[in-house]
Amino acid sequence: MSYVVQRLLTFPLILLGVSILVFVSIRLVPGDAITAMLGTEAGLLTPAQRESLAAYFGIDQPVWSQYLRWLGGLFQGDLGISSIYGKPVLTVILERFPLTLQLALMSMTISLCVGIPLGVLAATRNERPSDLVVRVLAMLGQSTPSFVIGILIIYVLSVFFGFVPAMGTFTPLFVDPLASIAQLIFPAITLGFAFAASVTRISRSAMLDVLSDDYVRTARSKGASPMSVIWRHALPNALIPVVTLCGVEFGYLLGGAVIVEQIFALPGLGRLVLDAITQRDYALVQGTILFIAFNFLVVNLLVDLAYVALDPRIRIGRR
Amino acid sequence: MMHLSKNLLAGLALATALTSVSVALPAQAAELRMAWSQDATGLDPHKQTAFSSLRLLELIYEPLVRLDPELNVVPAIATEWEFAEDAKTLTFTLDPNAKFTNGAQVTSADVKASFERLLDEETAAAARSNFLSIESIDTPDDTTVVFNLSTADVPILVAMATINAAIVPASEIEAGTIGTEAIGSGPFILDSWEPNSREVLSANPDWAGGDVALDGITISVLPDEMAILASLRTGQTDFALLNDPLVATLVPNEANLQLNRVGQLAYNVLQLNPSRPPMDNLKVRQAMSCAIDRQAIIDAALAGEGVVTGPLTMPAFAQDPNSLFCYTQDLEKAKALMAEAGVDGFTAKVIAATGEPPVAASEAQVLQAQLAEIGVNLEIEMMELNVYVDTWLAGNFDMAVALNGGRPDPYPMYNRYFTKDGNLLKVSNFVDDTLDSLMKQGQAETDPAKRVEIFQEFERHLAEQAPWLWLSTSYGYTAQLNTVTGFEPSPTGTLFGLVDVTVE
Repeated sequence: MSYVVQRLLTFPLILLGVSILVFVSIRLVPGDAITAMLGTEAGLLTPAQRESLAAYFGIDQPVWSQYLRWLGGLFQGDLGISSIYGKPVLTVILERFPLTLQLALMSMTISLCVGIPLGVLAATRNERPSDLVVRVLAMLGQSTPSFVIGILIIYVLSVFFGFVPAMGTFTPLFVDPLASIAQLIFPAITLGFAFAASVTRISRSAMLDVLSDDYVRTARSKGASPMSVIWRHALPNALIPVVTLCGVEFGYLLGGAVIVEQIFALPGLGRLVLDAITQRDYALVQGTILFIAFNFLVVNLLVDLAYVALDPRIRIGRR
Repeated sequence: MMHLSKNLLAGLALATALTSVSVALPAQAAELRMAWSQDATGLDPHKQTAFSSLRLLELIYEPLVRLDPELNVVPAIATEWEFAEDAKTLTFTLDPNAKFTNGAQVTSADVKASFERLLDEETAAAARSNFLSIESIDTPDDTTVVFNLSTADVPILVAMATINAAIVPASEIEAGTIGTEAIGSGPFILDSWEPNSREVLSANPDWAGGDVALDGITISVLPDEMAILASLRTGQTDFALLNDPLVATLVPNEANLQLNRVGQLAYNVLQLNPSRPPMDNLKVRQAMSCAIDRQAIIDAALAGEGVVTGPLTMPAFAQDPNSLFCYTQDLEKAKALMAEAGVDGFTAKVIAATGEPPVAASEAQVLQAQLAEIGVNLEIEMMELNVYVDTWLAGNFDMAVALNGGRPDPYPMYNRYFTKDGNLLKVSNFVDDTLDSLMKQGQAETDPAKRVEIFQEFERHLAEQAPWLWLSTSYGYTAQLNTVTGFEPSPTGTLFGLVDVTVE
């Protein structure tokens, strides 16, 4: 337990580092909220007009003073106001988060349901034709970018099925579960494609390692059925690297899937960050990145704890 | 496993198709479902300059006058207008039926307050620079407005025909709610707006301009234009705005879709920076102008979707581009000019914005190949749009591939770049006495035929001086289902034509 507390104590420090990094880097990029709003017409502004706009966007102060003001607000749970949405940053993020969470969960589920059985299949048929087919598919899945798969899916659906998933707005799960899942299933498949391929490859190689272990031979010689050897004895041990992979991927997915959200016009966290950056909504960029970093830390902590559950030999925090 | 996933896919497709049908049924026939890839960025008509913002606000607000698809000035809030003999007074008569959506009549006081807000530096309106000649505004009665100008300013009328000069309620200005509440006098009312996601508009029953056939418009933001095409193809979207010519050229392949294409005022240009050597040498600039093949750039980089243009892109002023300096490629002359200039090839950096326009990168590459013929070696630097704008405004480039906005009148279009007090002189870095005096003549001249003559001379001189190399105009595209009828596109890009649209 003390391990968890220790880890939790490092969170504020890491988040502080992230916030400084984001705060400075977004301001180092040329262009500001004024050029983002006016484009080349910004050149027509008089100095007085420019000042008035800078004051409006809160970028008239020196960077350090802007940062301190923002940090002060943070301690009171105030992430600032988004200039695009005219709403508190936290409200905007929480509106977008359900979609991102659901999309991440759905694509993880799809990847695991496809990837683990395929990996096991390939491992048990090592070097036989079915193994080769799976390996080629996995390579293909890993090396095809998601924008290709996404556009291909939309194209095939619209041309051959006369159908495209609902785009533009999102129907939350609790409003209409069926419509919500229907809307996200194809983006989830797109997103899950590459990850399913990684899962397949990792679970195949982990499975191969485990299958040559002594205890598996023991289980076999005891007369356990091949199915039971694979699924009950070998698989749980082969899953540890898959859990690590899932942790990283899930933390990553909670940051939003920029490209897939862009193609399927889903209002998730990924597009939120992208729009915030291109429109130079500083408060929104800072708040969202901080939120994503926090999620990542939490997911990593949970993954470490999951190791303990999966493998009783692992004792974290005690040296 | 493959077998299973195929069944799974088919099943899911079926399931989603079923649910989408049940969702689509209650939609009303007179509701237009529209899509575009870039959303509006704000609701203050005086401050917004982004393309999508202007297109949205044109449906909600109204200026005094607007431009029809032939770019003639036609009534909006004002029914009549008249310049005094010396072009120093401009009088408008307002439509007594014009009403804001809060129920109040649009009066001369609102006009005065709106222009005073525009001119106030606190407002930070970029369009302010077009209205600096306004000295005072008189309101003799509720429906008469008189603009007193400090100098003869004919182009000010066309400058007023944009949504950046929209008339907003004086009461809202006082309350400081312009930009947060959209109270206009236009054909539609904004019911809701989720930035970067969607807008919901309903027809304004009290609009003084006539009856709107549609009940309303829902605009969805679909960032990927291939997805917009898919959405049109399956009938989920009725009407869409397209930017990418490569996507637009796919529309005619679809039997249920129709493409509207209209030549735009905006122009693709290679801006040279005449303050940097060797571009400060007239002969070098002219050599570059002679070395490029404008039609070949259109064919290779724009998929043929464009028209060669000189500086003047508006039909009323444009002259045959072939009559301009070196508009036919002439490599021999180009090489001779380079030799005369004593420049034996050079390397220069050209900046271009990623995706803005979508063809910017390919344009830069074709230019690179063509200019290599005379020993000009271009290094292309692609930049994110905001970074590009910042660099461009600072004039911090050797050359820039740009898509610059056009105006229906040459004066507001080029005054900013090519007169001694132009506010974008830092971008053009080019001052020329002839251009300056022609610009001044064109501002004061009231006879339309004489203005055309003046600006055509301006154009010939500008092309010969070649501070920039004007390349082409592109098209603006909208695509619609065959069930949508009555939309007339305009070179300004406005979607005001939606007031006449019906959906079967």
